[in-house]
Amino acid sequence: MIRRLESTIARVPLHLVLVGMALAWFIPTLGLLISSFRTQDAVLSSGWWTVFRNPFLAGQFTLENYKAVLEAQGMGRAFVNSIIITLPATVLPILVAALAAYAFAWMDFPLRRTLFMVVVGLLVVPLQMTLIPILRLYNKTHLAGTFPGIWLAHTGYGLPLAVYLLRNFFSEIPRDLFESAFLDGATRWTAFRVIVLPLSVPALASLAIFQFIWVWNDLLVALVYLGGTEKVAPLTVRLSSLVNSLGQNWHLLTAAAFISMALPLVIFFSLQRYFVRGILAGSVKG
Amino acid sequence: MSRKRDWVPWLYLAPALLILSVYLVYPIVGTVYYSFFDKRSQHFVGWANYKWALTSKVMHIAFRNNILWLIFFTVFVVAFGLLLAVLADRVRYESPLKSIIFLPMAISFVGAGVIWKFVYAYRPKGAPQIGLLNAIITALGGEPVGWLVNRSVNNFALIVVGIWVWTGFCMVVLSAAYKGIPKELLEAARVDGANEWQIFRHVTLPLMVPTIAVVTTTMVINVLKVFDIVYVMTNGDFGTEVLANRMYKEMFNYRNYGRASAIAVILLLAIIPVMLINIRRFQEEEALR
Repeated sequence: MIRRLESTIARVPLHLVLVGMALAWFIPTLGLLISSFRTQDAVLSSGWWTVFRNPFLAGQFTLENYKAVLEAQGMGRAFVNSIIITLPATVLPILVAALAAYAFAWMDFPLRRTLFMVVVGLLVVPLQMTLIPILRLYNKTHLAGTFPGIWLAHTGYGLPLAVYLLRNFFSEIPRDLFESAFLDGATRWTAFRVIVLPLSVPALASLAIFQFIWVWNDLLVALVYLGGTEKVAPLTVRLSSLVNSLGQNWHLLTAAAFISMALPLVIFFSLQRYFVRGILAGSVKG
Repeated sequence: MSRKRDWVPWLYLAPALLILSVYLVYPIVGTVYYSFFDKRSQHFVGWANYKWALTSKVMHIAFRNNILWLIFFTVFVVAFGLLLAVLADRVRYESPLKSIIFLPMAISFVGAGVIWKFVYAYRPKGAPQIGLLNAIITALGGEPVGWLVNRSVNNFALIVVGIWVWTGFCMVVLSAAYKGIPKELLEAARVDGANEWQIFRHVTLPLMVPTIAVVTTTMVINVLKVFDIVYVMTNGDFGTEVLANRMYKEMFNYRNYGRASAIAVILLLAIIPVMLINIRRFQEEEALR
Protein backbone atom coordinates (compact mmCIF):
# COMPACT_ATOMS: atom_id res chain seq x y z
CA MET A 1 0.00 0.00 0.00
CA ILE A 2 2.65 2.48 1.10
CA ARG A 3 4.98 1.39 -1.67
CA ARG A 4 2.30 1.96 -4.29
CA LEU A 5 1.62 5.41 -2.83
CA GLU A 6 5.33 6.14 -2.98
CA SER A 7 5.61 5.19 -6.61
CA THR A 8 2.54 7.29 -7.43
CA ILE A 9 4.12 10.29 -5.73
CA ALA A 10 7.41 9.63 -7.53
CA ARG A 11 5.54 9.85 -10.80
CA VAL A 12 3.98 13.26 -10.07
CA PRO A 13 6.83 15.23 -11.71
CA LEU A 14 6.53 13.05 -14.82
CA HIS A 15 2.84 13.89 -15.15
CA LEU A 16 3.47 17.55 -14.43
CA VAL A 17 6.00 17.80 -17.27
CA LEU A 18 3.85 15.93 -19.79
CA VAL A 19 0.53 17.58 -18.97
CA GLY A 20 2.27 20.95 -18.82
CA MET A 21 3.69 20.48 -22.30
CA ALA A 22 0.36 19.25 -23.66
CA LEU A 23 -1.33 22.38 -22.31
CA ALA A 24 1.38 24.68 -23.67
CA TRP A 25 0.95 23.11 -27.09
CA PHE A 26 -2.83 23.09 -27.06
CA ILE A 27 -3.85 26.37 -25.42
CA PRO A 28 -2.65 28.77 -28.18
CA THR A 29 -4.83 27.00 -30.76
CA LEU A 30 -7.75 26.85 -28.33
CA GLY A 31 -7.48 30.62 -27.81
CA LEU A 32 -7.64 31.17 -31.56
CA LEU A 33 -10.67 28.91 -31.94
CA ILE A 34 -12.62 30.52 -29.10
CA SER A 35 -11.81 34.06 -30.21
CA SER A 36 -13.00 33.38 -33.72
CA PHE A 37 -16.52 32.84 -32.32
CA ARG A 38 -16.60 35.94 -30.09
CA THR A 39 -17.95 39.37 -30.97
CA GLN A 40 -15.59 42.20 -31.85
CA ASP A 41 -16.34 44.07 -28.61
CA ALA A 42 -15.71 40.99 -26.52
CA VAL A 43 -12.44 40.09 -28.26
CA LEU A 44 -11.04 43.60 -27.95
CA SER A 45 -12.11 44.25 -24.36
CA SER A 46 -11.32 40.97 -22.59
CA GLY A 47 -9.12 37.91 -22.94
CA TRP A 48 -10.63 34.82 -24.58
CA TRP A 49 -10.18 32.83 -21.37
CA THR A 50 -12.85 34.96 -19.69
CA VAL A 51 -15.52 32.96 -21.56
CA PHE A 52 -14.93 30.18 -19.05
CA ARG A 53 -16.54 32.33 -16.33
CA ASN A 54 -19.91 31.84 -18.08
CA PRO A 55 -19.30 29.17 -20.68
CA PHE A 56 -22.99 28.62 -21.35
CA LEU A 57 -24.00 32.24 -21.65
CA ALA A 58 -25.95 32.34 -24.91
CA GLY A 59 -25.29 35.29 -27.16
CA GLN A 60 -21.60 35.67 -26.42
CA PHE A 61 -20.74 33.49 -29.41
CA THR A 62 -21.36 34.42 -33.02
CA LEU A 63 -20.72 33.18 -36.54
CA GLU A 64 -20.55 36.72 -37.91
CA ASN A 65 -16.73 36.73 -38.04
CA TYR A 66 -16.70 33.73 -40.34
CA LYS A 67 -19.35 35.30 -42.55
CA ALA A 68 -17.36 38.51 -42.73
CA VAL A 69 -14.01 36.96 -43.66
CA LEU A 70 -15.46 34.47 -46.13
CA GLU A 71 -17.32 37.17 -48.04
CA ALA A 72 -15.94 40.65 -47.43
CA GLN A 73 -12.31 39.62 -46.82
CA GLY A 74 -12.06 37.17 -49.70
CA MET A 75 -11.28 34.02 -47.70
CA GLY A 76 -14.06 32.16 -49.53
CA ARG A 77 -12.47 32.86 -52.89
CA ALA A 78 -9.05 32.02 -51.44
CA PHE A 79 -10.35 28.66 -50.19
CA VAL A 80 -11.53 27.80 -53.71
CA ASN A 81 -8.17 28.93 -55.12
CA SER A 82 -6.31 26.74 -52.63
CA ILE A 83 -8.33 23.72 -53.78
CA ILE A 84 -7.74 24.58 -57.46
CA ILE A 85 -4.00 24.86 -56.79
CA THR A 86 -3.56 21.90 -54.48
CA LEU A 87 -5.36 19.05 -56.23
CA PRO A 88 -3.43 19.09 -59.55
CA ALA A 89 -0.22 20.00 -57.68
CA THR A 90 -0.67 16.79 -55.68
CA VAL A 91 -1.67 14.39 -58.47
CA LEU A 92 0.74 15.60 -61.15
CA PRO A 93 4.08 15.10 -59.35
CA ILE A 94 3.06 11.68 -58.03
CA LEU A 95 2.06 10.53 -61.50
CA VAL A 96 5.26 11.74 -63.14
CA ALA A 97 7.36 10.41 -60.25
CA ALA A 98 5.74 6.96 -60.32
CA LEU A 99 6.73 6.48 -63.96
CA ALA A 100 10.32 7.54 -63.34
CA ALA A 101 10.58 5.58 -60.09
CA TYR A 102 9.44 2.44 -61.93
CA ALA A 103 12.24 2.89 -64.46
CA PHE A 104 14.81 3.52 -61.70
CA ALA A 105 13.69 0.47 -59.74
CA TRP A 106 13.11 -2.13 -62.45
CA MET A 107 14.73 -1.14 -65.72
CA ASP A 108 18.28 -1.08 -66.99
CA PHE A 109 19.64 1.95 -68.75
CA PRO A 110 22.95 3.79 -68.91
CA LEU A 111 23.65 6.32 -66.13
CA ARG A 112 20.93 4.81 -63.94
CA ARG A 113 22.91 5.20 -60.70
CA THR A 114 24.27 8.62 -61.58
CA LEU A 115 20.87 10.04 -62.49
CA PHE A 116 19.36 8.70 -59.29
CA MET A 117 22.22 10.21 -57.30
CA VAL A 118 21.36 13.56 -58.87
CA VAL A 119 17.77 13.14 -57.67
CA VAL A 120 19.04 12.43 -54.13
CA GLY A 121 21.20 15.55 -54.33
CA LEU A 122 18.31 17.71 -55.54
CA LEU A 123 16.23 16.66 -52.50
CA VAL A 124 17.71 19.32 -50.28
CA VAL A 125 18.28 22.17 -52.74
CA PRO A 126 16.71 25.24 -51.14
CA LEU A 127 13.70 26.56 -53.06
CA GLN A 128 15.32 29.98 -52.95
CA MET A 129 17.90 28.82 -55.49
CA THR A 130 15.19 28.45 -58.14
CA LEU A 131 12.96 31.48 -57.65
CA ILE A 132 14.62 34.13 -59.83
CA PRO A 133 15.30 32.11 -63.02
CA ILE A 134 11.85 30.51 -62.93
CA LEU A 135 10.13 33.83 -62.28
CA ARG A 136 11.96 35.30 -65.29
CA LEU A 137 10.96 32.33 -67.41
CA TYR A 138 7.36 32.75 -66.22
CA ASN A 139 7.30 36.44 -67.01
CA LYS A 140 8.49 35.69 -70.54
CA THR A 141 6.03 32.84 -71.10
CA HIS A 142 3.11 34.54 -69.28
CA LEU A 143 2.89 31.70 -66.77
CA ALA A 144 3.35 34.12 -63.85
CA GLY A 145 0.08 34.60 -61.99
CA THR A 146 -1.57 31.54 -63.56
CA PHE A 147 -2.68 28.23 -62.07
CA PRO A 148 -0.80 26.05 -64.62
CA GLY A 149 2.36 27.95 -63.67
CA ILE A 150 2.08 27.04 -60.01
CA TRP A 151 0.98 23.46 -60.73
CA LEU A 152 4.15 22.89 -62.74
CA ALA A 153 6.33 24.63 -60.14
CA HIS A 154 4.99 22.43 -57.32
CA THR A 155 5.43 19.41 -59.57
CA GLY A 156 9.08 20.30 -60.04
CA TYR A 157 9.68 20.93 -56.34
CA GLY A 158 7.82 17.78 -55.29
CA LEU A 159 9.47 15.44 -57.78
CA PRO A 160 12.83 14.60 -56.13
CA LEU A 161 11.18 13.43 -52.94
CA ALA A 162 8.44 11.54 -54.77
CA VAL A 163 10.88 9.79 -57.12
CA TYR A 164 13.18 8.91 -54.22
CA LEU A 165 10.46 7.46 -51.99
CA LEU A 166 8.59 5.60 -54.70
CA ARG A 167 11.77 4.13 -56.18
CA ASN A 168 12.72 2.76 -52.75
CA PHE A 169 9.23 1.39 -52.27
CA PHE A 170 8.93 -0.12 -55.76
CA SER A 171 12.28 -1.90 -55.49
CA GLU A 172 10.99 -3.84 -52.45
CA ILE A 173 8.42 -5.61 -54.63
CA PRO A 174 9.49 -9.28 -55.05
CA ARG A 175 11.20 -10.00 -58.37
CA ASP A 176 9.18 -13.22 -58.87
CA LEU A 177 6.01 -11.23 -59.44
CA PHE A 178 7.56 -9.50 -62.43
CA GLU A 179 9.19 -12.63 -63.81
CA SER A 180 5.96 -14.61 -63.86
CA ALA A 181 4.10 -11.65 -65.38
CA PHE A 182 6.66 -11.35 -68.16
CA LEU A 183 6.51 -15.12 -68.76
CA ASP A 184 2.77 -14.67 -69.27
CA GLY A 185 3.63 -12.14 -71.95
CA ALA A 186 2.92 -8.96 -69.98
CA THR A 187 4.55 -5.77 -71.18
CA ARG A 188 6.35 -3.45 -68.82
CA TRP A 189 3.38 -1.09 -68.96
CA THR A 190 0.98 -3.90 -67.91
CA ALA A 191 3.32 -4.87 -65.09
CA PHE A 192 3.29 -1.25 -63.90
CA ARG A 193 -0.50 -1.12 -63.91
CA VAL A 194 -1.33 -4.53 -62.44
CA ILE A 195 1.63 -5.13 -60.10
CA VAL A 196 3.39 -1.92 -59.13
CA LEU A 197 0.51 0.51 -58.65
CA PRO A 198 -1.89 -1.78 -56.72
CA LEU A 199 0.89 -2.93 -54.37
CA SER A 200 1.97 0.64 -53.66
CA VAL A 201 -1.32 2.14 -52.52
CA PRO A 202 -0.12 2.82 -48.93
CA ALA A 203 3.06 4.54 -50.14
CA LEU A 204 1.14 6.55 -52.71
CA ALA A 205 -1.41 7.58 -50.08
CA SER A 206 1.23 8.77 -47.60
CA LEU A 207 3.03 10.66 -50.32
CA ALA A 208 -0.21 12.23 -51.57
CA ILE A 209 -1.05 13.45 -48.07
CA PHE A 210 2.40 14.91 -47.59
CA GLN A 211 2.32 16.70 -50.94
CA PHE A 212 -1.24 17.93 -50.32
CA ILE A 213 -0.34 19.43 -46.94
CA TRP A 214 2.90 20.88 -48.29
CA VAL A 215 1.16 22.66 -51.17
CA TRP A 216 -1.85 23.72 -49.10
CA ASN A 217 0.40 25.27 -46.46
CA ASP A 218 2.94 26.76 -48.87
CA LEU A 219 3.38 30.52 -48.76
CA LEU A 220 6.62 31.29 -50.60
CA VAL A 221 5.95 29.56 -53.94
CA ALA A 222 2.47 31.08 -54.21
CA LEU A 223 3.74 34.51 -53.18
CA VAL A 224 6.46 34.51 -55.82
CA TYR A 225 4.68 32.95 -58.82
CA LEU A 226 1.06 33.94 -58.20
CA GLY A 227 1.40 37.26 -56.38
CA GLY A 228 -1.26 38.72 -54.15
CA THR A 229 -4.11 39.27 -56.64
CA GLU A 230 -7.33 38.10 -55.05
CA LYS A 231 -8.42 36.18 -58.13
CA VAL A 232 -5.65 33.59 -57.79
CA ALA A 233 -4.21 33.97 -54.24
CA PRO A 234 -4.51 30.87 -52.02
CA LEU A 235 -5.44 30.93 -48.32
CA THR A 236 -1.90 31.37 -47.01
CA VAL A 237 -1.23 34.42 -49.19
CA ARG A 238 -4.63 35.97 -48.42
CA LEU A 239 -4.24 35.33 -44.69
CA SER A 240 -0.77 36.85 -44.57
CA SER A 241 -2.02 40.00 -46.30
CA LEU A 242 -4.95 40.17 -43.87
CA VAL A 243 -2.44 40.11 -41.01
CA ASN A 244 -1.21 43.46 -42.37
CA SER A 245 -4.51 45.00 -43.38
CA LEU A 246 -6.65 43.91 -40.41
CA GLY A 247 -4.03 44.72 -37.78
CA GLN A 248 -5.71 44.43 -34.40
CA ASN A 249 -9.07 43.08 -35.65
CA TRP A 250 -8.44 39.81 -33.89
CA HIS A 251 -12.05 38.65 -34.17
CA LEU A 252 -11.61 38.52 -37.99
CA LEU A 253 -7.99 37.34 -38.08
CA THR A 254 -8.69 34.39 -35.81
CA ALA A 255 -11.63 33.30 -37.96
CA ALA A 256 -9.59 33.69 -41.15
CA ALA A 257 -6.73 31.68 -39.66
CA PHE A 258 -9.07 28.92 -38.61
CA ILE A 259 -10.55 28.68 -42.12
CA SER A 260 -7.04 28.18 -43.51
CA MET A 261 -6.42 25.31 -41.07
CA ALA A 262 -9.76 23.55 -41.31
CA LEU A 263 -9.00 21.15 -44.15
CA PRO A 264 -5.53 20.05 -42.93
CA LEU A 265 -7.02 19.46 -39.47
CA VAL A 266 -9.79 17.28 -40.92
CA ILE A 267 -7.17 15.24 -42.79
CA PHE A 268 -5.02 15.05 -39.67
CA PHE A 269 -7.82 13.68 -37.51
CA SER A 270 -9.34 11.34 -40.10
CA LEU A 271 -6.14 9.89 -41.61
CA GLN A 272 -3.71 10.32 -38.73
CA ARG A 273 -1.65 7.22 -39.48
CA TYR A 274 -1.06 8.08 -43.15
CA PHE A 275 -0.60 11.69 -42.19
CA VAL A 276 2.21 10.95 -39.74
CA ARG A 277 3.82 8.50 -42.15
CA GLY A 278 3.63 11.03 -44.97
CA ILE A 279 5.15 13.83 -42.92
CA LEU A 280 7.96 11.56 -41.74
CA ALA A 281 8.70 10.39 -45.26
CA GLY A 282 8.72 13.94 -46.52
CA SER A 283 11.01 15.27 -43.85
CA VAL A 284 14.09 15.27 -46.06
CA LYS A 285 12.52 17.64 -48.56
CA GLY A 286 14.37 20.84 -49.38
CA MET B 1 14.79 -7.24 -68.21
CA SER B 2 17.57 -5.56 -70.10
CA ARG B 3 17.76 -5.50 -73.85
CA LYS B 4 20.37 -3.98 -76.12
CA ARG B 5 19.68 -0.33 -76.93
CA ASP B 6 16.50 -0.34 -74.93
CA TRP B 7 14.84 3.05 -75.28
CA VAL B 8 11.68 2.23 -73.35
CA PRO B 9 13.10 3.32 -69.94
CA TRP B 10 13.61 6.81 -71.33
CA LEU B 11 9.90 7.04 -72.11
CA TYR B 12 9.16 6.51 -68.42
CA LEU B 13 11.89 8.90 -67.37
CA ALA B 14 11.31 11.67 -69.87
CA PRO B 15 8.58 13.70 -68.09
CA ALA B 16 10.45 13.63 -64.77
CA LEU B 17 13.84 14.46 -66.28
CA LEU B 18 12.38 17.30 -68.31
CA ILE B 19 10.61 18.87 -65.32
CA LEU B 20 13.61 18.41 -63.05
CA SER B 21 15.87 20.07 -65.59
CA VAL B 22 13.59 23.06 -66.03
CA TYR B 23 12.62 23.59 -62.39
CA LEU B 24 15.78 22.61 -60.53
CA VAL B 25 18.90 22.12 -62.64
CA TYR B 26 18.55 25.10 -64.97
CA PRO B 27 17.61 27.56 -62.16
CA ILE B 28 20.56 26.48 -60.00
CA VAL B 29 22.93 27.33 -62.84
CA GLY B 30 20.99 30.52 -63.57
CA THR B 31 21.05 31.74 -59.98
CA VAL B 32 24.80 31.19 -59.66
CA TYR B 33 25.22 33.11 -62.93
CA TYR B 34 22.98 36.03 -61.89
CA SER B 35 24.82 36.33 -58.58
CA PHE B 36 27.79 37.75 -60.49
CA PHE B 37 25.70 40.39 -62.28
CA ASP B 38 24.10 43.70 -61.29
CA LYS B 39 20.52 44.20 -60.14
CA ARG B 40 19.00 43.85 -63.63
CA SER B 41 21.49 41.12 -64.65
CA GLN B 42 22.99 43.30 -67.40
CA HIS B 43 26.53 44.03 -66.23
CA PHE B 44 29.06 41.64 -64.79
CA VAL B 45 30.07 42.80 -61.31
CA GLY B 46 32.42 40.03 -60.17
CA TRP B 47 32.22 39.29 -56.45
CA ALA B 48 30.48 42.57 -55.59
CA ASN B 49 27.18 40.95 -54.53
CA TYR B 50 29.03 38.49 -52.28
CA LYS B 51 31.10 41.29 -50.81
CA TRP B 52 27.88 43.12 -50.01
CA ALA B 53 26.37 39.93 -48.58
CA LEU B 54 29.31 39.42 -46.25
CA THR B 55 29.94 43.00 -45.16
CA SER B 56 26.68 45.01 -45.10
CA LYS B 57 24.90 45.77 -41.85
CA VAL B 58 21.53 44.31 -42.93
CA MET B 59 23.19 41.04 -43.86
CA HIS B 60 25.04 40.88 -40.56
CA ILE B 61 21.71 41.10 -38.77
CA ALA B 62 20.30 38.37 -41.01
CA PHE B 63 23.32 36.12 -40.39
CA ARG B 64 23.17 36.75 -36.66
CA ASN B 65 19.48 35.85 -36.56
CA ASN B 66 19.94 32.71 -38.65
CA ILE B 67 22.64 31.65 -36.19
CA LEU B 68 20.31 32.35 -33.25
CA TRP B 69 17.67 30.19 -34.95
CA LEU B 70 20.23 27.52 -35.77
CA ILE B 71 21.34 27.20 -32.15
CA PHE B 72 18.20 27.77 -30.10
CA PHE B 73 15.66 26.25 -32.46
CA THR B 74 17.69 23.12 -33.13
CA VAL B 75 18.71 22.49 -29.52
CA PHE B 76 15.23 22.95 -28.07
CA VAL B 77 13.31 21.15 -30.77
CA VAL B 78 15.54 18.07 -30.53
CA ALA B 79 15.68 18.18 -26.72
CA PHE B 80 11.90 18.50 -26.37
CA GLY B 81 11.40 15.77 -28.96
CA LEU B 82 13.72 13.46 -27.04
CA LEU B 83 12.14 14.30 -23.68
CA LEU B 84 8.66 13.57 -25.00
CA ALA B 85 9.76 10.39 -26.81
CA VAL B 86 11.26 8.93 -23.63
CA LEU B 87 8.69 10.17 -21.10
CA ALA B 88 5.46 9.66 -23.08
CA ASP B 89 6.27 5.95 -23.28
CA ARG B 90 5.65 5.70 -19.52
CA VAL B 91 2.08 7.02 -19.31
CA ARG B 92 -1.31 5.70 -20.38
CA TYR B 93 -2.29 8.90 -22.22
CA GLU B 94 0.64 8.57 -24.63
CA SER B 95 -1.39 8.60 -27.81
CA PRO B 96 -3.59 11.68 -27.17
CA LEU B 97 -0.51 13.49 -25.83
CA LYS B 98 1.40 12.77 -29.03
CA SER B 99 -1.55 13.89 -31.15
CA ILE B 100 -1.63 17.25 -29.38
CA ILE B 101 2.10 17.82 -29.81
CA PHE B 102 2.04 16.71 -33.45
CA LEU B 103 -1.03 18.77 -34.36
CA PRO B 104 0.84 21.98 -35.32
CA MET B 105 2.54 20.05 -38.15
CA ALA B 106 -0.82 20.10 -39.94
CA ILE B 107 -1.11 23.88 -39.72
CA SER B 108 0.62 26.28 -42.11
CA PHE B 109 3.36 28.52 -40.75
CA VAL B 110 1.11 31.43 -41.66
CA GLY B 111 -1.64 30.00 -39.44
CA ALA B 112 0.88 29.30 -36.68
CA GLY B 113 2.08 32.89 -37.04
CA VAL B 114 -1.42 34.23 -36.46
CA ILE B 115 -1.99 31.91 -33.50
CA TRP B 116 1.18 33.15 -31.79
CA LYS B 117 0.81 36.78 -32.78
CA PHE B 118 -2.40 36.63 -30.77
CA VAL B 119 -0.64 34.95 -27.83
CA TYR B 120 1.96 37.76 -27.93
CA ALA B 121 -0.62 40.58 -28.36
CA TYR B 122 0.45 43.69 -26.45
CA ARG B 123 -1.64 46.41 -24.80
CA PRO B 124 -0.15 49.31 -22.83
CA LYS B 125 -0.02 48.95 -19.08
CA GLY B 126 -3.45 49.38 -17.46
CA ALA B 127 -5.49 48.30 -20.51
CA PRO B 128 -6.94 44.78 -20.38
CA GLN B 129 -4.44 42.39 -21.91
CA ILE B 130 -6.01 40.19 -24.60
CA GLY B 131 -2.78 38.32 -25.36
CA LEU B 132 -2.34 35.29 -23.13
CA LEU B 133 1.31 35.85 -22.34
CA ASN B 134 1.01 39.48 -21.27
CA ALA B 135 -2.17 38.63 -19.32
CA ILE B 136 -0.20 36.08 -17.31
CA ILE B 137 2.66 38.50 -16.74
CA THR B 138 0.44 41.39 -15.62
CA ALA B 139 -1.62 39.04 -13.42
CA LEU B 140 1.64 38.14 -11.66
CA GLY B 141 2.34 41.85 -11.18
CA GLY B 142 4.78 42.37 -14.07
CA GLU B 143 4.84 44.93 -16.88
CA PRO B 144 3.46 43.95 -20.29
CA VAL B 145 6.16 43.18 -22.87
CA GLY B 146 6.05 44.02 -26.59
CA TRP B 147 7.18 40.53 -27.53
CA LEU B 148 7.53 41.16 -31.25
CA VAL B 149 8.99 44.69 -31.15
CA ASN B 150 11.31 44.50 -28.15
CA ARG B 151 14.70 43.74 -29.65
CA SER B 152 16.00 41.78 -26.70
CA VAL B 153 13.22 39.18 -26.90
CA ASN B 154 11.60 39.29 -30.34
CA ASN B 155 13.90 36.81 -32.07
CA PHE B 156 13.30 34.32 -29.30
CA ALA B 157 9.56 34.94 -29.52
CA LEU B 158 9.73 33.90 -33.18
CA ILE B 159 11.96 30.92 -32.47
CA VAL B 160 9.38 29.67 -29.93
CA VAL B 161 6.83 29.47 -32.75
CA GLY B 162 9.21 27.35 -34.82
CA ILE B 163 9.79 25.06 -31.84
CA TRP B 164 6.04 24.78 -31.27
CA VAL B 165 5.55 23.63 -34.87
CA TRP B 166 8.46 21.18 -35.22
CA THR B 167 8.70 19.47 -31.80
CA GLY B 168 6.00 16.99 -32.81
CA PHE B 169 8.03 15.87 -35.79
CA CYS B 170 11.18 15.26 -33.71
CA MET B 171 9.12 13.49 -31.05
CA VAL B 172 7.59 11.03 -33.52
CA VAL B 173 10.90 10.11 -35.18
CA LEU B 174 12.76 9.79 -31.87
CA SER B 175 9.90 7.89 -30.29
CA ALA B 176 10.08 5.26 -33.06
CA ALA B 177 13.80 4.86 -32.33
CA TYR B 178 13.19 4.65 -28.57
CA LYS B 179 10.57 1.95 -28.96
CA GLY B 180 13.06 0.02 -31.08
CA ILE B 181 15.47 -0.38 -28.16
CA PRO B 182 15.16 -3.93 -26.76
CA LYS B 183 13.39 -3.70 -23.40
CA GLU B 184 15.66 -6.47 -21.93
CA LEU B 185 18.57 -4.07 -22.23
CA LEU B 186 16.84 -1.46 -20.05
CA GLU B 187 15.64 -4.18 -17.63
CA ALA B 188 19.15 -5.58 -17.30
CA ALA B 189 20.46 -2.13 -16.39
CA ARG B 190 17.65 -1.72 -13.86
CA VAL B 191 18.45 -5.09 -12.26
CA ASP B 192 22.08 -3.99 -12.00
CA GLY B 193 20.84 -1.10 -9.86
CA ALA B 194 21.16 1.76 -12.32
CA ASN B 195 18.72 4.62 -11.74
CA GLU B 196 16.54 6.04 -14.51
CA TRP B 197 18.94 8.88 -15.30
CA GLN B 198 21.93 6.53 -15.53
CA ILE B 199 19.98 4.21 -17.82
CA PHE B 200 19.07 7.13 -20.05
CA ARG B 201 22.60 8.53 -20.07
CA HIS B 202 24.52 5.27 -20.59
CA VAL B 203 22.10 2.95 -22.42
CA THR B 204 19.28 4.83 -24.14
CA LEU B 205 21.14 7.88 -25.37
CA PRO B 206 24.10 6.09 -27.02
CA LEU B 207 21.68 3.79 -28.87
CA MET B 208 19.68 6.77 -30.14
CA VAL B 209 22.62 8.82 -31.39
CA PRO B 210 22.19 7.87 -35.10
CA THR B 211 18.52 8.91 -35.08
CA ILE B 212 19.30 12.10 -33.18
CA ALA B 213 21.89 12.92 -35.86
CA VAL B 214 19.35 12.44 -38.67
CA VAL B 215 16.71 14.55 -36.89
CA THR B 216 19.26 17.27 -36.17
CA THR B 217 20.41 17.52 -39.81
CA THR B 218 16.78 17.71 -40.96
CA MET B 219 16.13 20.54 -38.51
CA VAL B 220 19.29 22.37 -39.60
CA ILE B 221 18.13 22.29 -43.23
CA ASN B 222 14.74 23.59 -42.13
CA VAL B 223 16.08 26.36 -40.01
CA LEU B 224 18.44 27.71 -42.66
CA LYS B 225 15.45 28.34 -44.92
CA VAL B 226 13.07 29.71 -42.30
CA PHE B 227 10.89 32.35 -43.98
CA ASP B 228 7.13 32.16 -43.40
CA ILE B 229 7.08 32.71 -39.62
CA VAL B 230 9.21 35.84 -39.86
CA TYR B 231 7.34 37.11 -42.92
CA VAL B 232 3.96 36.87 -41.21
CA MET B 233 4.82 37.93 -37.68
CA THR B 234 7.27 40.82 -38.09
CA ASN B 235 8.19 40.95 -41.80
CA GLY B 236 11.76 41.12 -40.59
CA ASP B 237 11.28 44.46 -38.82
CA PHE B 238 12.76 45.35 -35.43
CA GLY B 239 15.93 43.37 -36.09
CA THR B 240 14.29 40.00 -36.78
CA GLU B 241 15.24 39.54 -40.43
CA VAL B 242 16.70 36.18 -41.56
CA LEU B 243 18.48 35.32 -44.82
CA ALA B 244 15.42 34.01 -46.68
CA ASN B 245 13.45 37.14 -45.82
CA ARG B 246 16.28 39.41 -46.87
CA MET B 247 16.43 37.56 -50.18
CA TYR B 248 12.70 38.04 -50.71
CA LYS B 249 13.03 41.77 -50.00
CA GLU B 250 15.97 42.15 -52.37
CA MET B 251 13.92 40.36 -55.00
CA PHE B 252 10.58 42.14 -54.71
CA ASN B 253 11.11 45.38 -52.78
CA TYR B 254 14.45 46.45 -54.25
CA ARG B 255 14.34 44.46 -57.51
CA ASN B 256 17.99 43.57 -57.03
CA TYR B 257 18.34 40.12 -58.59
CA GLY B 258 22.12 40.10 -58.20
CA ARG B 259 22.05 40.44 -54.42
CA ALA B 260 19.06 38.12 -54.07
CA SER B 261 20.87 35.45 -56.09
CA ALA B 262 24.01 35.80 -53.99
CA ILE B 263 21.95 35.18 -50.82
CA ALA B 264 20.39 32.08 -52.41
CA VAL B 265 23.83 30.74 -53.32
CA ILE B 266 25.01 31.28 -49.74
CA LEU B 267 22.03 29.24 -48.49
CA LEU B 268 22.90 26.48 -50.94
CA LEU B 269 26.54 26.46 -49.85
CA ALA B 270 25.42 26.07 -46.24
CA ILE B 271 23.30 23.07 -47.21
CA ILE B 272 25.80 21.32 -49.52
CA PRO B 273 27.49 19.38 -46.69
CA VAL B 274 24.11 17.89 -45.82
CA MET B 275 23.56 17.03 -49.47
CA LEU B 276 26.88 15.16 -49.59
CA ILE B 277 26.05 13.30 -46.37
CA ASN B 278 22.71 12.24 -47.91
CA ILE B 279 24.38 10.97 -51.09
CA ARG B 280 26.98 9.07 -49.07
CA ARG B 281 24.26 7.54 -46.86
CA PHE B 282 22.38 6.50 -49.98
CA GLN B 283 25.47 4.83 -51.44
CA GLU B 284 26.01 2.90 -48.21
CA GLU B 285 22.39 1.74 -48.21
CA GLU B 286 22.75 0.62 -51.81
CA ALA B 287 25.90 -1.34 -50.98
CA LEU B 288 23.89 -3.30 -48.39
CA ARG B 289 21.13 -4.25 -50.80
